Amino acid sequence: MPEWRTDLRRRLAPLRLPAQREQEIVDELVDDLDDRYRERRASGASEAEAERLAREALDTNEVLRGAFARAERPGDLEPIVPGGGGRAVMGTIWQDVTYGFRALKRNWGVTAVAVSTLALGIGANSAIFGLLNAVTLRSLPVVHPESLTEIRIAERRNATGQFSGLRPNLTYPLWEKISAGQTSFSGVVSWGNTTVNLTAGGQARYVRNLWVSGTYFPVLGVTPELGRLFGPADDQRNCQTPGLVLSYPFWQREFAGDRQVVGKTLRVEGHVFEIIGVAPQSFFGMEVGRSFDLSLPVCAEQIIGGEQPLLPRPDAWWLAAMGRLKPGVSAEQAASELQGLSAGIFQTTLPTKYSPEDAKSYLEFKLSAFPSPSGVSGLRTRYENPLWILLGITGLVLVIACANLANLLLARASARAREMAVRLALGASRRRLVRQLLVESLLLSMVGALAGVAVAQAASRALVALLDAGRNIIFVNLQSDWRVLAFTAGLGVLTCLLFGLAPALRASRTAPGVVLKAAGRGLTADRSRFGTGRVLVATQVALSLVLIVGALLFVRTLRNLTTLDPGFRAEGVLSTQVDMQPLNLALAQRAEIHRRVLERVAAVPGVESAAEAMVVPVSGNGWNERVLLGTDLKPAGISDVNRVSEGFFNTFGMTILTGRDFTARDTTSSPRVAIVNEAFVREILQGDKPIGTTFAFQPGTGDPVLPFEIVGLVRDTKYRNLRETSGAIAYISEAQAASPEPYTILLTRSSVPPATLIGPITRALAEVSPAMIVDFDVLTEQIAQTLVLERLMATLAGFFGALAGLLSVIGLYGILSYMVARRRSEIGIRMALGADRRAVIVLIVREAARLLAIGLVIGAILAAGAARTAQSLLFGLEPSDPATFAAGVLALAMVAVLAAYLPARRAARLDPLVALRED
Amino acid sequence: MKKGSAELLILALVDTRARHGYDIAKLIEHRSGGTVRFNIPSLYPLLYRLEKRGWINGRWVERPGERRRRYYRLTAVGRRVLAEQRSGWDAFVAAINRIVGAERA
Repeated sequence: MPEWRTDLRRRLAPLRLPAQREQEIVDELVDDLDDRYRERRASGASEAEAERLAREALDTNEVLRGAFARAERPGDLEPIVPGGGGRAVMGTIWQDVTYGFRALKRNWGVTAVAVSTLALGIGANSAIFGLLNAVTLRSLPVVHPESLTEIRIAERRNATGQFSGLRPNLTYPLWEKISAGQTSFSGVVSWGNTTVNLTAGGQARYVRNLWVSGTYFPVLGVTPELGRLFGPADDQRNCQTPGLVLSYPFWQREFAGDRQVVGKTLRVEGHVFEIIGVAPQSFFGMEVGRSFDLSLPVCAEQIIGGEQPLLPRPDAWWLAAMGRLKPGVSAEQAASELQGLSAGIFQTTLPTKYSPEDAKSYLEFKLSAFPSPSGVSGLRTRYENPLWILLGITGLVLVIACANLANLLLARASARAREMAVRLALGASRRRLVRQLLVESLLLSMVGALAGVAVAQAASRALVALLDAGRNIIFVNLQSDWRVLAFTAGLGVLTCLLFGLAPALRASRTAPGVVLKAAGRGLTADRSRFGTGRVLVATQVALSLVLIVGALLFVRTLRNLTTLDPGFRAEGVLSTQVDMQPLNLALAQRAEIHRRVLERVAAVPGVESAAEAMVVPVSGNGWNERVLLGTDLKPAGISDVNRVSEGFFNTFGMTILTGRDFTARDTTSSPRVAIVNEAFVREILQGDKPIGTTFAFQPGTGDPVLPFEIVGLVRDTKYRNLRETSGAIAYISEAQAASPEPYTILLTRSSVPPATLIGPITRALAEVSPAMIVDFDVLTEQIAQTLVLERLMATLAGFFGALAGLLSVIGLYGILSYMVARRRSEIGIRMALGADRRAVIVLIVREAARLLAIGLVIGAILAAGAARTAQSLLFGLEPSDPATFAAGVLALAMVAVLAAYLPARRAARLDPLVALRED
Repeated sequence: MKKGSAELLILALVDTRARHGYDIAKLIEHRSGGTVRFNIPSLYPLLYRLEKRGWINGRWVERPGERRRRYYRLTAVGRRVLAEQRSGWDAFVAAINRIVGAERA
């Protein structure tokens, strides 16, 4: 006989019973356990097995102790009723919880399915919500973000000049005037972004620089991690030796968090700067989605800006600004003050080179103030709508998953009908039973939500990795905050109600009298017993059709964009950016070095053709000009412009339709020539014969008009991005450039993979001059990066669409299998009365078809509405694209019929005799 | 709803003769066809509580050829309580049957 006493004494010890009483209880329980053990042995169990079964009767430590503690409490005369009305609500809830855990453990298969379904569903939702929260909802990590207000021109149309950085809202002269003139803000700050190069020559090493005004860190209330940050004294016009501030991640990465870093120097664009401090870990700047590596005061732009610094130029837009409102001043008051100041500010900063038209637009600009407690973000503008759509998608998937769980629990509720009936008969209240079942569901969803948090962590990292393509480093702070936690917990409770309420109410409606009768069910199953389940399945079908149609729309959009003919061949093209500024070349020497660089690269083995270009097609960059026609210089429209060398069209696989390519005979001393595309002929020349026609670009005030003669015609191509409709492009000759820039972009076509040329080209260029800085892009990769959002939507919508379809087909399969099981007797009778197998299959499949049809009709209506909200994300097809809808309906219908056929066949194989004997 | 039905089950079982704990547990499980089951942590505390109320009386009994065991028997008070609860239960079941039965007819 196993030794029970030690165990029992240990379990009872915390009660501190009188020794004699404890001895008595132990004696009695040992008898009980001995009996159980002996009985199991007698019925053939092994010793270990019998001991295990006997010990099972003790359940858990806590339960045993708790129950005895209640019984042994002096003067306690309360009756004990399993499931009876509670005396102390908390106590009975604890009972429900422990009972719930045991119930879940008993049905561990159901529990595992439910928990993993919920973990995935809740995890996906939390991941998307976490991203949405980080991108759109969370405030900036600065002091009092609520009083921050962005200062920019309210409606800036037709602004001209040079635009650089991520948020080119203002010029430096404008910033100076705003900063000096305003009185609504307790402080104003400005900032800008550039990439700067840290190497002295060879392959470039670019890092992200944040230009900041001297007021930036003090006004935002950012305190240094190490050393000091900039103050107003660091940012004076014509500053000579300003310091440099490192971002926390850059300090960690590059200096391994060295606390002695202050006082060391860093070479930026060839100039040496002393490190004065490190920004705190939480600070990423003002733009959600971006961060920086190092920071320089705005005045330093004049030092590293090369020969044409942006800072003094009244037409160089590179700064953004924010102000902190004075207490008691509203954003509206600030806005009206800025509007009042506008006329004077724009008058005094008017660029002298502007044409009359440009000047007119410039003088009409009005400054205004826009509350921005959560910072500003181009990322937000671009991703907010897609993220809401994704959240909608994952939300629907969760609803579908909950419907499956509800059906699963409904089925289990029927299996537990007898348990419920007995408990009701023994005096449990219905409310208590509903509560018990809801507690079980809540346990499920809480465990699911906890697992979901882990899933969300992994999923959101994967999401950011998907978004984070190449150069466009995206920085999103994914730390969970109260919003994400509240969202996840809320989802847990909501899902619990979604899948737990119906089974709970059903179970409590159990009529004990009916169920407790031995065979308490009729020969044909009650229709209403499947009612809820059928509604759930039809809903699932409807919702998954919405998701499948959405997925197909996004997938086809991506396909349309990737298979789109941009008008040129990007495959095999490598773009090499060459920065010659370190050579300090005089203007007269530049044309020569451009020529040598091109010649040298064209001679690299594997290079089939090479050319120069100002603008790489579909890179997002652009340059456009107003075109003037005829002797009276009539404005004829706006055309995109690119300056390219001989061989550009050959390199991009474009043929000259009529006329000729640029040649070596086109020089600065020969007449200026241009090649235009077909859209130029259509839109600017109104269909006139292009060859021989001359045009000019609108010159700046005081500049001469330079005429170009059209010598060639090429086909239309995409210019900035793949989504645009091809417009007019005028190509002018690189060799005829009056003042060549100290940098260039070389494009090479090769038969070998473009990336393999990076080494040979770097070496070839080092032979020309080792001080030149070079950087590379494989064109097809660069184009693919512009489709990040489309790829994200197609991948995720596709995945969730397939998942939704799968879940609802499982749901349909489940409800039909369950129906077949419950209607065995009915089917048996039908077969006994002469129904053949086909009739039985038709019976079941017809049921499935009805649910499917209702679901599909409702789903198609919902999908049509939902697709319209995603219209702006689609390309090359309408939201109501009939082929997409037909494909979605067909796909779902096909798998659904398959799912129905399996239980139907099982029903048809039923032996009527067996089926009838069983009940 | 009916409270104290579990007590009723136990009182009824020890009415005719004295029984030990495991015997009671087995009988309840057996007679309910396995749907009502008392494990150690639910049965014994209930027994102790009924004993404390004076409705049942537990005594260690040694019989020849058997081990010493604790047997429970109904007290006079217990008998009265049982009678009350039985009639209450009968009335309850009758009422339920009138309602449910009428619906089924």
